[in-house]
Amino acid sequence: MRISVQEDAFDLGREAAAFAGGGKDDTGAIVTFTGVVRDNADAPLVAMEIEHYPGMTESALREMAQTAVVRFDLADVLVIHRYGRLVPGEVIMMVATAARHRVAAFEAAEFLMDYLKSRAPFWKREISANGAAWVAAKDDDEQALGRWQDRPRTG
Amino acid sequence: MDVLYFAWVRERIGLPRERIETTAATVADLVAELRTREERYALAFSDLSALRVAVDQQLTTFDASLKDVREVAFFPPMTGG
Repeated sequence: MRISVQEDAFDLGREAAAFAGGGKDDTGAIVTFTGVVRDNADAPLVAMEIEHYPGMTESALREMAQTAVVRFDLADVLVIHRYGRLVPGEVIMMVATAARHRVAAFEAAEFLMDYLKSRAPFWKREISANGAAWVAAKDDDEQALGRWQDRPRTG
Repeated sequence: MDVLYFAWVRERIGLPRERIETTAATVADLVAELRTREERYALAFSDLSALRVAVDQQLTTFDASLKDVREVAFFPPMTGG
């Protein structure tokens, strides 16, 4: 398991290859998710600034990853999340999950993303021609967690 | 204890962290105490439904105890990913 909270950009291909290369013999499926800074249609985005809570961010991500390993019987997990100033098109974060079968790998990636969005201490601020504004949390993001609480475990 | 503020809470209060000597028993008591300090605190803590709190780096609720706590952080709902 690797958790990295970093300011620097990372090489998506190299990270994915290293993750796949470190797999166990019984790994049959690897899913990777990549989050990218999206531009706004109404007010073109100049930059996105991401603030986080050093210390808590790492421990919250580690706890989520450990929960995912147990729940989906994963062989391995990788979470990389950046902070600082990013421009549209830049990669913000990636999640990779390795499991025996694809269903568990896909579900674990979704589970991690759902939790990461509303339980990891990151805050986004969008800077556009209209000024700077903190991104508001969506009700949908909170509701997305509900499905993992209602649904029986996979694996 | 150390009290930390993030995102717009930090901006409204005007500092990222401060050391506070308090006898508050719960997070809610601490909030009540901070609100009486100055207008900027009253403003930042005007709507608790818009805030989240972590005690010693664990998300919790406003009724959480502050016994033996070293660090309390206030921030808006998180927007990672």
